Parts: sequence; C-alpha cells; structure tokens
Amino acid sequence: MATQVHPLEDAVIGPNQNNTTITEKISDIVLGKDAPLFWYIGVLAGLSLAGGIAHGAAWLVLKGTGVWGLNIPVGWGFAIINFVWWIGIGHAGTLISAILLLFRQDWRTSINRFAEAMTLFAVSCAGLFPLLHVGRPWLAFWLMPYQNTMNVWPQFRSPLVWDVFAVTTYATVSALFWYTGLVPDLATMRDRAKTKVVRRIYGIFALGWRGSARHWERYESVYLILAGISTPLVVSVHTVVSFDFAVSVIPGWHATLFPPYFVAGAIYSGFAMVLTLAIPVRHFYKLHDFITMRHIENMAKITLATGLVVFYGYMTELFFGWYSANEYEQYMVMNRISGPYWYMYWTLIFCNGLTPQLLWFRKIRRNLVLLFVISLVVNVGMWLERFVIVVTSLHRDFLPSSWGMYFPTFWDIILYLGTIGQFVLLFFLFLRFVPMIAMFEMKHLVHKSEQVKQG
Amino acid sequence: MSNLFCIAAEFDDEHKLLEACNKTRQAGYKNIDAYTPFAVHGIREALGQPATKMPWAVFAGGLLGLSVGFGLCYWVSVLELPYNVGGRPLNSWVSFIPVTFECTILLSAFTAVFGMFGLNGLPLPNHPMFNLPSFLRASQDRFFLVVESDDPKFEPSKVSAFLETLNPLEVREVEDE
Repeated sequence: MATQVHPLEDAVIGPNQNNTTITEKISDIVLGKDAPLFWYIGVLAGLSLAGGIAHGAAWLVLKGTGVWGLNIPVGWGFAIINFVWWIGIGHAGTLISAILLLFRQDWRTSINRFAEAMTLFAVSCAGLFPLLHVGRPWLAFWLMPYQNTMNVWPQFRSPLVWDVFAVTTYATVSALFWYTGLVPDLATMRDRAKTKVVRRIYGIFALGWRGSARHWERYESVYLILAGISTPLVVSVHTVVSFDFAVSVIPGWHATLFPPYFVAGAIYSGFAMVLTLAIPVRHFYKLHDFITMRHIENMAKITLATGLVVFYGYMTELFFGWYSANEYEQYMVMNRISGPYWYMYWTLIFCNGLTPQLLWFRKIRRNLVLLFVISLVVNVGMWLERFVIVVTSLHRDFLPSSWGMYFPTFWDIILYLGTIGQFVLLFFLFLRFVPMIAMFEMKHLVHKSEQVKQG
Repeated sequence: MSNLFCIAAEFDDEHKLLEACNKTRQAGYKNIDAYTPFAVHGIREALGQPATKMPWAVFAGGLLGLSVGFGLCYWVSVLELPYNVGGRPLNSWVSFIPVTFECTILLSAFTAVFGMFGLNGLPLPNHPMFNLPSFLRASQDRFFLVVESDDPKFEPSKVSAFLETLNPLEVREVEDE
C-alpha cells in the first residue's frame, strides 16, 4: 500500500495515558481556576445571540404568529424547518453514545459525552419551535392527554400527536442517559474538588456514588440496556418527524422514502455538527491524545456514508416524481428544480450532494481546517433541505389559484439565530462545568487495551 | 461508640485487585466488596457476587409502558371519545403503535435508571467508606478491596493480617461513622 498508516495517530487514545493522567487532564479543565480566552469569547457570543430568543419570543407572544412570514398556503415555515434541523442534529449524539456502544466501537468513548450534551442542547432548541408555533405557549400542555373541561382528547391517529410523544420521550431518555453516564465522573469531580463549596455541589449531583463493585454491576447492565433502547428510539423519533410530512397528501411529502431518508439526514447533519464542535474543542483544549485523528476520520467517513444515502434520497425523489405519472408530483419536482426557489434547491445539491464527495479523499479527511469548513457547509445544506421540503411543497400544491410565496421576516430570523446562541451558550457552559470526556470509560478503555496487549 | 465498618486494602492496579479479590473469596470471606474508579471486568466473579437482575426489571417496566401506551390510545379513541371519521374502525391499532412504542421506551428507561439507583441505595449523602481519607482516590486511580465487619468470619486482627499478605499499598480499618 502506498499510504503509510501512522499507528500512534490512529490509536483511540494517545500513548502514555493511564488512570491518573486521564483523571487529571480532564478534570483539571473543569476544576482549573481560569478558562481559556476561547471560552469567554464563546460564552459572550452565545449569550448575545441567545438574546434573540427573548426578543423574538416576547414579540411573538405579544402580537401572535402573524409576525412570522407564515401565510396560507405556507403554514409551516421557519418553525418546522428549524425544529427538524435541530432534532436531526441531536440524533448523532444518541447514535454515537448508543448505537456505536452496541457495535463495540471503542473510538466512541472520548466523544460520546459531548455528543450527548449536544443532543440535549439541540433538542432543547428544537422544542422551542413547536412550543412557540402554537402561539400561546402557556397552553402547550393541551398537547398532553389529560381529563379536561373541554372534554376533548388528543387524536392518537395523528402524526403530530405521535411527534409530541416521540420528542418528549426522546428528550427525557437522552437526559437520563446523559446523567447516568455522568454520575461516576461527578463523583471524581467531588473527590478532586479543591474547595468545600465545589465539593458540595458536585457531591449533590454525584448522588453519593462510591464505585462499589455491586453498584458497577447494576450500572453497567443498565447502561447497556439504555443504549439498547435508545437505538430504536432515535430511529423512531426521526421516523415520526418524517411522518408529519409523509402521512399527509401534499406532493413531495407523501412518500414512503421519507422515514429512512430523514433518519439518514439526521445522522448526517448530526455528525457534521459533532465535527464542527470537536475540531475547535480538540484544538483549544489540547485534547489530541483523547480525540485522535482516528476519531476525526471515522466521523468524516460516517458523514460521507450518510451523505450518500441522503443524496440517493434526492435522486429517488426526482425519479418518483416522474415515475408516479402524477401531474402534481411531476410539477412539484420541476418547481423545485426551476421554480421560484431554484437557488435554494441548487445550493442544497451543492452542499449535500457535491461537497461530501470531497471526503472520499484521505488527505481531506485528515485536513482539520477543510474538514471544519465541510462540516459547516453540510450544516447549511441540511437546513436548506428542510427549507426545500417544507416550502417548495407547500407554496404550490394543487390549485394554482391558491399558490403563494414564503419569505421569513425579521422575527423568524432573530428567533432562529437566538436558538443558535442558546446552543452555543449551553455548550460552552457544559465545557466549563462538566467533564467533557467520560473519564471512567476512558480508564476502562485503557484497561481493555492492556488486556488485549497481554493477550 | 463507633464500630468497625470494614477493613480496606488499597491497590494501585486493577490486576492486583482482581487477584486479591479471588484470594479473599477463596479464603472463605463472604461479605466482601471492591471500590473501583471504573467497572473492572471479572470482578463480580472474583468477589463471588450474584449477577444483577436489572434486565428483568426493565423488561417488566417496558411491558407496563406498552400496556399503558396502548391502553391510553385505546381508551381515549374507542371508549372515551369515539370519533367516527368516514366509518373507519375505532380501534385502528396500527395508528396507536408509535405512542405505544414511545411509552414502552419511556417506562423502560425510567425503570432502568431509577431502579438502578434505587437498588444501589443512592442517593446516599454519606457512607462509612468516605471516612477513609485515601478513599478520595477510589474514584480516580486507586482500587479498594474491603472485608465488611458483618462477615461471619470477621476478626479484625486476622482480616488485617490476611489482607497484608495480598501485597496492598496499605491496609486500613474503616470506622462506622
């Protein structure tokens, strides 16, 4: 083979790391007195952008959803686009922590903690949109089944109700999974804390964990089970999200392709987001021994693989538009390609169809700057995908007399930027206050690789 | 008056710990436990502890979630608010699957997490082991093997002498309070 493999760079953990060094390196990021400048910049940027939520939500609540660009025929605009975008991003976290655990992919260990944190924060951003889209968020509890004076119940045959169950279950289970995985590390933080207050705070969240063998036995069993049940869960969540579209009869939505295509798209955008976060974090916190080139390259490969599935989905949509012999489906396809939103469609093809092809090359997969740029392009592409699906299908459906156009207003945009701010802010707070790499799992990894060496 | 909770031997390596656990079990001690910074493979067998039954509990939780989820859909759609849409059957069970599935997962996860912490007796703010000053490193890079004082064969001087033969870093008595 012409290409040389560098064994050190491709290990899942750097050489000379042992139980002591792992603990020190990772917990000192949190317990150290000062954060790097990069952290302050991140928090400030996140905080300023997150103001957009307060601003956008306050105006929305005062005036109603009319301040958004929504209209009839396009009743689903930014709110749904952003909701699906964020939920999709969240899925990579669960994929890394659950599915890769089941497949015994050791390399997941150093990235699963912050990928799961990313899931939680992305889901919290996603949740805001349907909540605000109802217009009166204080009445959002109407979505839940409960005995009420109006004497009505949710319609359990509607995908929108399935979505409520899927997303709330997903948020709850992700939070439980994340916290369960965090407890032993919080105990480490408690035991390493330098002041009494810090020890107390971590102590409370560590629940008195003491690492007894009896406890580990149950813990390991439950952790594996959580991974096992999160795997079908994550697939079900985006499947149900796709049902919101696919169960309707709108041209371009009513397709059996939607569930697998949405799930692949979710994983694709999620891995791109993990790369967007991991590359700078690895650089600024000098985590080269923990997030090695092997991690980066594997993530790039998964991005490429799922990107191809997504691109296949686009091609299938075009094919079935023609093959359906249905006038409306055929028009929808032509309208996407050459209608008033043609530039959105072609930018989408550039972002999700062409750009990931660069990842075929090993040189590009190992070039961090290029990879970071590609991951951003993919994130943009996945947002455009949802825009194209939601808007181009709705704005010209059946009757030309009820065709229209959709353009976001200032209030749509500020709320969207606000959620990006919230995501960035939460992520930076996480970096500072929670050990970002699962220490006990890294130690386990060292332990296992030693066993392999010794035979 | 404080009693002994256990006698603890400290190790700096999981392989030494495993060996020590095996020897302690073979020496006939029953109430023994280990405290480790991560789940050490093979320690359950070395300590002679039973395998956990958590999977069965989670399975039961999942079944409960399944019945609750389907029951909710059925009760609402068939019994409480029967709503005739074009003469379609009220018990359209296929449409109830997503909600049933999500409830199954949710209750399984609750059973798993709360069951695990519950059976582990957590949250527990304090525990005798925390009286041991070096125990701070049990969550970092040290491994402890303990013989608890309620062991039928427990005799402080004999246990200490036995643990010393296992080549630990040190052997300490841990008080009850």
